[in-house]
Amino acid sequence: MSATTAPSPSGAPGRSGLRKGWWLPYALLGPAVIFEILVHIIPMVTGIWMSFIKLTRIYLRNWGQAPVVGLGNYKTSLDFSSSIGQGILHSFLITCGFTIIVLALSWGFGMAAAVALQRPFPGRGLFRTVFLIPYALPIYAGIITWKFMFQRSTGAINHILVDQLHLLGDKPFWLIGGNAFWAIVIVAIWRTWPFAFLMLMAGLQSIPSDVYEASAVDGAKPFRQWRSITLPMLRPVNTVLILVMFLWTFNDFNTPFVLFGSTAQPPAGDLISFHIYDASFLTWNFGYGSAMSVLLLVFLLIVTSIYLLVINRRSQRA
Amino acid sequence: MAKKRVMLVGALAAATVAIALSGCSSNSGSSDKNVTLEYWASNQGTSLANDKKVLTPVLNKFTKQTGIKVNLTVIGWNDLQNKINTAISSNQGPDVVNIGNTWGPAFQASGAFVDLSEHADAIGGLDKFATTALNAGSQKGKTDHPASVPLYGLAYGLYYNKALFKAAGITTPPTTWEEFVADAKKLTDPSKGQYGVAIAGASYTENVHFAFLTAAQNGAEFYDGDKPTFTSDAIVSGVQRYLDLIGKDKVVNPDDAQLDNGSDPLQELAQGKAAMVLSQNNADATLLSQGMKEGDYGVTNLPWPADTPAEDQISTFPAGINIAIFSYTQHLDQALKFVKYMTSEDTQATLDKPYKTLPVLKDASPSFTDDADEAKVFTTAYNEQSKVLPQVATEGDFESAVGKAVTNLIADIAQGKNVSASDIKKALSDAQTTVEAAG
Amino acid sequence: MRESAGIKVFRVVTIVVLTAFVIVPLYVMITSSLKPLGEVRNAFSWFPQHLTLTPYVDIWSTVPLAQYFANSVVVCVIATAISLVLAIFASYAVSRWRFKGRTVFTTTVLSTQMFPGVLFLLPLFLIFTNITTATHIPLIGTRLGLIITYLTFTLPFSIWMLAGYFDGIPRELDEAAMVDGNGPMGALWRVVLPAARPGIVAVAIYGFMTAWGEVLFASVLTTQQNQMTLAIGLQQYSTQTNVYWNQIMAASLVVSVPIVVMFLLLQRSFVAGLTAGAVK
Repeated sequence: MSATTAPSPSGAPGRSGLRKGWWLPYALLGPAVIFEILVHIIPMVTGIWMSFIKLTRIYLRNWGQAPVVGLGNYKTSLDFSSSIGQGILHSFLITCGFTIIVLALSWGFGMAAAVALQRPFPGRGLFRTVFLIPYALPIYAGIITWKFMFQRSTGAINHILVDQLHLLGDKPFWLIGGNAFWAIVIVAIWRTWPFAFLMLMAGLQSIPSDVYEASAVDGAKPFRQWRSITLPMLRPVNTVLILVMFLWTFNDFNTPFVLFGSTAQPPAGDLISFHIYDASFLTWNFGYGSAMSVLLLVFLLIVTSIYLLVINRRSQRA
Repeated sequence: MAKKRVMLVGALAAATVAIALSGCSSNSGSSDKNVTLEYWASNQGTSLANDKKVLTPVLNKFTKQTGIKVNLTVIGWNDLQNKINTAISSNQGPDVVNIGNTWGPAFQASGAFVDLSEHADAIGGLDKFATTALNAGSQKGKTDHPASVPLYGLAYGLYYNKALFKAAGITTPPTTWEEFVADAKKLTDPSKGQYGVAIAGASYTENVHFAFLTAAQNGAEFYDGDKPTFTSDAIVSGVQRYLDLIGKDKVVNPDDAQLDNGSDPLQELAQGKAAMVLSQNNADATLLSQGMKEGDYGVTNLPWPADTPAEDQISTFPAGINIAIFSYTQHLDQALKFVKYMTSEDTQATLDKPYKTLPVLKDASPSFTDDADEAKVFTTAYNEQSKVLPQVATEGDFESAVGKAVTNLIADIAQGKNVSASDIKKALSDAQTTVEAAG
Repeated sequence: MRESAGIKVFRVVTIVVLTAFVIVPLYVMITSSLKPLGEVRNAFSWFPQHLTLTPYVDIWSTVPLAQYFANSVVVCVIATAISLVLAIFASYAVSRWRFKGRTVFTTTVLSTQMFPGVLFLLPLFLIFTNITTATHIPLIGTRLGLIITYLTFTLPFSIWMLAGYFDGIPRELDEAAMVDGNGPMGALWRVVLPAARPGIVAVAIYGFMTAWGEVLFASVLTTQQNQMTLAIGLQQYSTQTNVYWNQIMAASLVVSVPIVVMFLLLQRSFVAGLTAGAVK
């Protein structure tokens, strides 16, 4: 969000004086605020309240009677000596690893593609179009195709790796066991990188080409040009892009849900959103599921705040 | 405008606090002709559309008889439990619903469904149901007050591909677990892509069922009263016996570890890639839709170890689908009439055939197959060799926790890891912690 | 300007690798949708041995896909349209006024992006049912609830993007319009909106695509056939007795085509919209 101070247009000499029109911005925000309150804020507050009660199936029908357990659900979640706490810790760490890899590679792919397509050449439009398809495809359609390709003996992936390229001796599993982590990483990157590409491409278009020409005259090599011109010019895009991709990836639910099915997620692909879904909707312990969600929210808030703080400080110094 | 907004915000605030308030006034006096019942049916046929096709004439007949209209929604198994949960928590949803009968005890404990013992006469009496079938859907000690009644009966059996048996020179199906394993080894030839047994190794429901059955054959109990006891030696060795099929005995294709749909192994059987599958009797529908004919496959009971004492000779639990009425219904009388109709002799006989299910009524004879041997195997299993799954409120948690534990063990084995008895015990103990936290 | 050999190699490698990464799944999707079920279940082959179009015929009867298609279109179009209007108003306010509560609003809106969807799934359902009971506005068991949910999901990102875009439109333009006798709303309508067209297109596409693919909330908020969206419908090709892989692929393609085509046709505006919105 741009923080430039805007002189109010109503401050300009016009018919609507400052005092007369004070309510207008509120009226403009009103409808959006109502929907935000209805769909985001109230459910959120309810969710936080749920984390303090013992909301198992017995009380599902009658929430009012569910006993208040205070921080009990949180204690269970954070007791890393029990198998439940260990499960959460494991899922959290998996999600961190997943997020870092997906973020780094998606950004890298997006950047590489944006730079590769920066200058006009025949076919550029075609490749740009092709690269955007995974982003345009409905979530379910893309992921289910990957699930199909990751089948052990009938899938395309093992056919390529084992039968055709002979890279591996034995056909590995992708949807169970340790490789499930890589399966989910690959699918997430496939779905995410076009977005990075799109944003970075948009950003690159706003860099005037004479900047490059000037530096080329100075004898700068392409990589140095990229580091000294492209990257700094893309800073505003990157700030936002990385934050948004981080939040989306960390909260990713659809990828494990569609890839592994609603009940059969392997431990290596046990992302935190899915872990919470499992605790809430499959084990029917909504109080405990909510406690985990709140912890997740707090974590994301902290990370985001630190990120924005660091970014702002740096840009002030610059 | 402003007033409206305040009212809306007020309504929202009320919504969060007073969720408990949405009680309903019963309005069962209304005339049948103006009533439309909402009915959620589970997916029993080859597709949701197929279910609709099977059920619509049956429901039309009901409307013709009583004037009560029924609005049918068929819900896939992936969504059914979530949907029922949300219906319960909001007191909004259908009037009548199908449930897996093993969910019965948990829903009974939640009080979400009408106690049918109070309306026994309205549904044609509780004594019309086979006792095994009726009791399976209730908590222990509360079988007198069922919150759901049986609709379709299912039992496990051992399906085998007759052509593959013949080719391997096996003339009679196995009668003990040892013979089962020996036959399976004979029938396994990985070079031909043929295996003795196929399992849905990533289906937690299938896995928990076999964990339960093999443990039951060892005389084990998963619960002591309401207390989970998942780590006894009898359970561990039961689970081990099941896991050995893929691990030690190597009669299961490791690929099966990633199958998450109960119909997948049956497809392997139909295609001749597997010789035997342990499955419930609605497997007939899948096998026939896969191009097999009655007579191409045989059925015998799920085998137990040779030294199993008579009382532990268990081959199935009384599985099946129950039908229940939500407590919040405003059309109780009509819903009861509907349940009576769905569990009547006529309707049962009509539906058992396409769905390949067992009768749940006393003394009714099975109509789902023309194969008398098959009918006998399943009837005997259901009535004489069955043991009920734990009839406790945390049964659902038991299924998901233990089922997933077994799923993960199978995944480990399929990837070449050695799974020892202590690994199994550790996995079961973690499952137990999860269930205790949920209770 | 000449290009060095290094950058040429870089470009070719990048394009080849990424094209393969994107294309292979699409290729598998297309060819599998043209194979009979038996062949799909066997070992993978790059080329169908028996080409068939039956999956494309069967998808309509296995699952009432046409109905779901219509539902998705209705839900997504209405949700996107409303979301767009609300986002335009809100962004205009945020961009052009410094009012009390502005920071609270922008921070809150941004932080909703951190909410784990699973946390408010059940509460949202309960709130909807209670509103339904209290006001007889049917939010459950209709497409209305889904529309409201989706339009709200897309609001935060849309507001953020449009506010950035509006910031980039010189204020002098508004002021000139107001000197000509327009109020602030007139300035929005006559000056800001036309100048922000690419940004608006970008927001609309984003909103539409988000709604088109959503799975989790759709699965809980809808029950009847006349409410269910495509994202739910696609899951129904995997049933109790069968997994129709070839039909899943065929149906996935069919539901993807309109959205992909729309996206690709509008991608220029989308890119232009993002440029201004993000770079600001």
